[in-house]
This record gives sequence, C-alpha cells and structure tokens, in this order.
Amino acid sequence: MVLSLDGRWLYVMCEASDEVRVVDTQTKSVARTVAVGHMPRGIALSPEGTQLFVANSWDDTVSVVDTAQLKVVRTLATGFEPNGVMVDRQGKTLYVANRLSNDVSVIDLQSGQETKRLLAGRGASYLALTPDGKLLYCTHAYPKIGAHRTPPESEVTVIDTQRQEVIERKALHNVAGVFHIALSADGKLGVAPQLRPKNLIPLAHVEHGWVFGDSLAVFGDDVGGVVQVPIDELERYFAMPFAAAITPDKRKLYVSSSGSEAITVIDIPKMIGYVKTAHGPIANDLSASANYVVGRIPVGRNPKGLVLSRDGTRLFVANRLDDSIGVIDTANDVVVSSIDLGGRKDMTSLRRGERIFYTARFAFQGQFSCANCHIDATFDGLQWDLEPDGFGVDIVDNRSIEDLSGTEPFKWNGGNPNLATECGPRTEKYFYRSQSYNSGELADLVSYVMALPLRPNRYRLAGGELTPAQERGKAIFERTKYKNGKPIPQAKQCAYCHSGPKYTNQKLSDVGSGKPTDRSPLVDVPQLTDVAYSAPYLHDGSAKSMEEIWTIFNPHDTHGVTNDLQKDELNDLIEYLRTL
Amino acid sequence: MKSRLWFALMIIWIAVPLSAVTPDMPRFRWENFTTANGLPDNHVFNVLVDGKRIWAATENGLAVFEDGKWRVFTTADGLAHRAVLSLALDKRTGDVWAGTMGGLSRISAGRIDTFNQLNSGLSNDVVYGVAVQGDYIWTATAAGASRYNTRTGQWSLFNERNTPMYEIWTYGISVGPDKVYYAVWGGGVLEYDIATERWKDYNDPDGENEIVLFRDQGLIHEITTSVSYVDKILWVATYFGDSRYDGRNWHNFLTKDSGLPSNFTNQVKAVDANRAWFSTDKGLAFYDGTNWAVYRPNLKTGAPEMYVRDAEGNITSMATETAPAHNYVLAVDFQGDDIWVATAKGLSHGIRQK
Repeated sequence: MVLSLDGRWLYVMCEASDEVRVVDTQTKSVARTVAVGHMPRGIALSPEGTQLFVANSWDDTVSVVDTAQLKVVRTLATGFEPNGVMVDRQGKTLYVANRLSNDVSVIDLQSGQETKRLLAGRGASYLALTPDGKLLYCTHAYPKIGAHRTPPESEVTVIDTQRQEVIERKALHNVAGVFHIALSADGKLGVAPQLRPKNLIPLAHVEHGWVFGDSLAVFGDDVGGVVQVPIDELERYFAMPFAAAITPDKRKLYVSSSGSEAITVIDIPKMIGYVKTAHGPIANDLSASANYVVGRIPVGRNPKGLVLSRDGTRLFVANRLDDSIGVIDTANDVVVSSIDLGGRKDMTSLRRGERIFYTARFAFQGQFSCANCHIDATFDGLQWDLEPDGFGVDIVDNRSIEDLSGTEPFKWNGGNPNLATECGPRTEKYFYRSQSYNSGELADLVSYVMALPLRPNRYRLAGGELTPAQERGKAIFERTKYKNGKPIPQAKQCAYCHSGPKYTNQKLSDVGSGKPTDRSPLVDVPQLTDVAYSAPYLHDGSAKSMEEIWTIFNPHDTHGVTNDLQKDELNDLIEYLRTL
Repeated sequence: MKSRLWFALMIIWIAVPLSAVTPDMPRFRWENFTTANGLPDNHVFNVLVDGKRIWAATENGLAVFEDGKWRVFTTADGLAHRAVLSLALDKRTGDVWAGTMGGLSRISAGRIDTFNQLNSGLSNDVVYGVAVQGDYIWTATAAGASRYNTRTGQWSLFNERNTPMYEIWTYGISVGPDKVYYAVWGGGVLEYDIATERWKDYNDPDGENEIVLFRDQGLIHEITTSVSYVDKILWVATYFGDSRYDGRNWHNFLTKDSGLPSNFTNQVKAVDANRAWFSTDKGLAFYDGTNWAVYRPNLKTGAPEMYVRDAEGNITSMATETAPAHNYVLAVDFQGDDIWVATAKGLSHGIRQK
C-alpha cells in the first residue's frame, strides 16, 4: 500500500486480481480499480504524487499509473520477478528489486531504459529510501547460498542514489528472510522485520526453543551498527513479521505479524534504551521483548502492509486474506474501523486453504505457519533437520511447492504418498507439535497447495523454442549413448528418471548423493519444473549450484552420465534445464 | 646591422635540426609500495585504478589502497585464490572483478562472490584476464574464453570448437565499443565482433618462426600476452616484440628498431590511437607516437634511470632520483596524469612532475 501525498487516497495492490484498488480514506470505500500486470507485489509513489509505480512480479515489468487518470500510461521492463520498487527524490530514477535475479534494476525514467543492474542479495524484494533521499536500502526474502550446514546469512544492501552504486552491505547473521524496512523521519533509525531460523537442529525441538525467532534488524545512528531485536515472548510467538511503520515523532514502532493476525506495538525509546544497556546480543532472549513491546493489536487475517497517515494518527493495515484494510487509532492502539476492498464474499475451499497456509495458529505456541518455510508459497532457501532422529541426520533441502500435481510421492524419501499425508499427520507430528487440522481444514489446505501455479520461466524464449545452447543441452539430456557410442544404461539416462510432464518418474532412486548421515541413499526423484530458481540442489542442499551436482557430487556417473562431457557441454545441459 | 641579423637567424635555423632536442616526455617521481608498507606480497601481477582507490593483484591476496591505507582481501574473505592475476572495474556499478589462479571473484561493496569451474560455467580456474562489456564479463582462461551474463547468470564458452582459436590458452582481453580482442598465448589475436557475434583471428604470417621475414607484414608473433584496443587501434604485446594495427596496416616494434627496452612484453596499454605504455622485463616504456621513454632501475647498478629515444634513435639520459620498484614490469593503469605500475618486486606510483 501507499498513501497519496494529501493522505486522501490509499493505493492498495491486489496481487490475486492483478489490480490496484484506490481507497478513499475519507469515505472508507474503494473509489476506483486500476488493472496492472500479473502478480503485483511492489508499489511506490512519485515525489509529486502524480505517478504510481507497480512491480508486476510475474510479468517482469513495472506499470506506471497516472494518478489523475488512474490508468497505466507506461510499462517498463525489469529483471526477473520484480518485487519492490522505489523512485528517487528527484523523480528521475526508478529502482526495482528483482527477487529471482537477485539484483536491483536502475531505470532512467526519462528514457524508460534500464541503465544498469546492481548486485543485491538473494531474493531481493523490498526497498526503502532514506528521508534525505541519499540512500536506498534493499532487503531479501531468501538468505544467501552459503556453505552447507552453516547458519544462514543475509544482508541489507545499501545503495548510494547519487552514485547509483552499492556502497555497503550490512551483514545479518543467522538470518533468512528479511522484509519491509521502515525508517524514522530523522533517518537515524531503520527497522527491518526478519526471520531467524533454527534449521541446524531437529525441528522436534519446537517445544524447547524455536523453529523461528521473529525479530527485527535495527540499525542506524540511534543504535550504531545492526542489532537484532526479538519480538516474540517466552511462550507466545508473533510469526512472520512482515512490515514496519515508525510514527513521525519516533515514539512508536508498529510491526505486522502476518502469521499471527496481530500488530506488535513497540516503544522506540524503550527499545533503544534496552538495546544500549543490554549485555551482549539479545536476539535469542525471549524475555527481552517485555522491555519494549507495549502492545499487541489483534487484526485481520494475514496482515502484511502497513501505512501511517501523514500525521501519524492512523495506521492502515492490509489484512490480505480478509480483503480489507484495518484502521488503527495510534493514540489508543485499537482498530477503529475496517475498509472492505470488495473481494469475493463466497468462501471457497482454496480461500480457506490459503488462510490455513498462512496462519501460525496451528503450531505449538503459534510459532510458525506453512508460509514460514514456503515464503509467498515458494521455498525458503534453507536446509532443515526435520525429524527427531538425532542431530544432523537426514538433512533435507526445502523444495518448491508450485505445480505439485503429478509429482507425488512427497518428502525426499518419498514417504508420503499424497499431500494429505504430507500436510496432515506429518505436519502435526514433526512440525507443529500440536493438534493440527481437522479433516475439513486439511482438505482445504491440500486444495490450496495443489492449486499453486508454476511461476513463469524466464529462460524459455517466447514461443517456446530453444536457443542453440539449449537445443544442445536437450540432446544431452535425452541421449541414450555415451560419446563413444556405447549405450548408457537406462537408469543412468537423465530423461529416464526425470521423465513425464514434470520431469519426474515419481520413484525413488539412488544417485550416489547420499551421505553417511542419511538413513537411506534412496531419494525421491524431484520434479525439474523451474529448477533454475531453487538452488541449492540435491536432497540435502549440498550442491550450491547446478554445476556442482555434476562437478562435485557425481564422480562415478551415478547421477546421470556427465563425466564424458566437456565443460561447455555441461553448460549446455544446464542451459536446457533452466528452461524446464 | 640588417645583414648580421639575417646571418644570425640563418645559423639558428640550420643548428636546430642538427643538434638533437630531447623530446618532452612525461617525468615522474616514483613512490613504491612493498610488504614493508602494507602490500600483502611484492609480486604484483596487475593494478587497477578505481577513482581514488588503487587495487593491487598480488600473489598473496587482493589489496586495495584507500585513504592512505591498504586493505587486503584473502581466501578467508571469499576470494577465489590467493594469487590474483587480473582486474577489471565495472564503471557503472563500481564492482571489481578479479581473475585468479583459482577462479573469478566479484567484489561488490566488500562482498566477494566467487565463480570457478566447479560451481559455475567458467571454463577454467586460471583466469589470466578479465574485462567488462556492459552486462557481460569476459574472461581469458587457460581453457579458452568465457562470457558471463550478469543479468541472467548464463555462461557462454568460446574455444577451439566454436572459434578460430587453435590454441586455447587465452591470456589477455581488451573491450571496445564494437569489438572484443583476445591475446591468445601461442595463438595470436582473436577478434569478436559485438554486432555480428563473429570471431576472426590474426596470426603471425611467419607462423611460429622466430624470425620476421617482412617487416610490418602482420602480427609480430603468435605468443601474445596482452591486447589494448583504444580509438579503434589495436595494440598487441608479445614475448617477441609488439604490434599496432589500425584495421589495415600493421606496425611492429622491436628493440632493434624502436625504443622498446625489451621484446619480452607482458602488457601493452594504450592511452589513445598513438600513445601506449609497454610493460617489459627490462623496464617500463612509453611511446608517444614518435619518441620513447624508458623508466626503470638501471639493469646493472639498480640506480634510478630514465632515458628518452627520439625518432632518429638519439638516446638522452634524463636526471631522475626515483624509479619504479623493479625492472620486471607486469602491468600499468592510469590515474589522471599519474601512473601505477605492477612489478615483480612491488607496486609503484608514478607521480607526474611535468
């Protein structure tokens, strides 16, 4: 969401309907609807308020909307999956955070041309401009791909808008997803909601500690450096913190917990004071929040975007899965009204399932939801120690859950024949550690997950034809003979295991990637659809890139025959795989 | 009175061409950096000027000089290998690309991402050369050329199977607005036309013979080490002399007929169509299109030395109190009128005096 300069209009992205709905904050109703591109996920207003910029994440474009006419007047090309957008103070340059190309597009608004790309972190998604316009911050949905079985690392990428260069990368240790940044009016305080996963210890320890720590990356002159501040309590969690807003007087900080249907209220002076007097890091101290959290405001389902009115007296909350905007009186921190965005009123199984997917209420102490690991219904870039079989045993890479039909069974060991088993008893036993879904809820959840579409593939040419390199790679993928002419055994042919429309034969196979800590060397043959985006690879995520699957983990041609390939032939194979 | 003046003018007019006037060549005061004042290693393979920052590719890490201090990046920071061979600056983003003995590293605001032949499409871990062409990163490796698309992450490899590259030991790269040139060690020069995406090779007409049958007939030698393409002029360094090519004609430089201090040239770096710097094993040389200047410690005494060779071959020794750190020069880069010089025993800063 973004508010017009006069505070009258609230522009709300509706990603499921590919629209921006224009809300009149006086009449508390939707005044207009503007059709934009597919899956809008980022929005920004020009300095004069005359143009809206909407990042269409599945179109790789930004729609430029004239706010007077309320229609799209221009469409700009971006990188892969634009998710965040911001225009500089002069209104001359547009910055776009691209989630799948892990960079920030710099677009000259006069020419409409992208002038350069700046290297960001993995899953670049959210942008915030400092009040003086000199710096732009970028945060990331996924952690960087690091050494196997090491704590996740993320960063806040800092861009100098005058030089249009990255000038700093604020390291965030033990952090995976990082979301919307809020900045104080004086520019001395920055806050980014973030996830601190405990993926290196068995998930069964959910009742002993956490699976995720919901926290904030706090930075700026007010605190010096970067401090990680928890928002959870000892026995109550506020899952998937997503957006933050700082009141103009810098007294209060609001944080949406999208998995917990709540807005956390933080007393900023208390938080800064506590941070400054704390003895050592507080990120893992669940008792810390009692020192600065002064309220929790119940709101609607899946609260995500937050916007404060210009005078700071009203906080608008996007209740994504209620299709409504909650209005909070910031003097008393209570919801005073709700604005209906006009979504469908009939409740489908898919809609119910989506609500279940995004809520943490089923997990022990409300710790996490499906969406914690499947961010925006994708993946989290992490490897997990899921089962109570000992530390470091059966490590598994988190897989994408798009377009799952025809990819059964589930789990890397193929132990779950269908999604109802995967999401029902397994989730209840190993994940949530609490009474899980009833049969109706489970059916709804399964319906929703099975209906998740496949995101567009960026490596396939329009029309579906292949480049020469991809054609050569396809021939390698489908080959049945070694280069010396001898037949390749069927089980070692790429296209044997990776067969069918999803490129899986839905069976178990030993490709030699098993580790001594795995209970079995047999792994489920994964689907290859959109495999380009889901690094790292192999069942335990030990291959940081597709190349490593074969250059490091296939010394004996047990995972397809690749050792007779030249380097450029291996590159061709990978080029083809990227198109699947 | 009038006739005496006319006679005096006649004498001056005659005397000027007869008495050699030393050409006005660049003079420098040299400041040298070694391990004694912050370099991680004295073996400096390459140098890159990045505004006020100076990057030094050494045998034991990548060093950057900023605000009077050296900061060193090592493999512990994510650098691909301790021995850094080549450097390139992406002027649009400020990122620095470093070719090493163990892969290619991208240094972006302090973060280092590394690409090698195991984790990426890079053709080989030994990266002798690197250059930036828009969104592409070109590398010269011990197994051919690689091109990385920074927007899509895709790699293109060029080798004996898809180019006229009969020898795949690529050594140096130079990128221009229309062409990319490769120095192929033992394989001459390769030219890539950006518009047509076609390759063309330039070779020594005398083959691998160590003799030059006809002067300026073509590329001076197959064992090329460096290329520099500026103002549509190609300069080529080899271990057996150097060449300049204007698209139609070749002009070759040898010690016997130029001011080159040695035919063994590690790098040529052009200033423009007519001027270039030559990094040789016997000193640093500058050619202004007519005259030559050589800067080095004296080969016998080690005393600072500068001399100038004019078009007629007259050599004039110039007074100097400083010299580059060593005779064995590997690379240079320009910082305004100043020059930075990578040598086998330290990095040198030539501070322009006039």
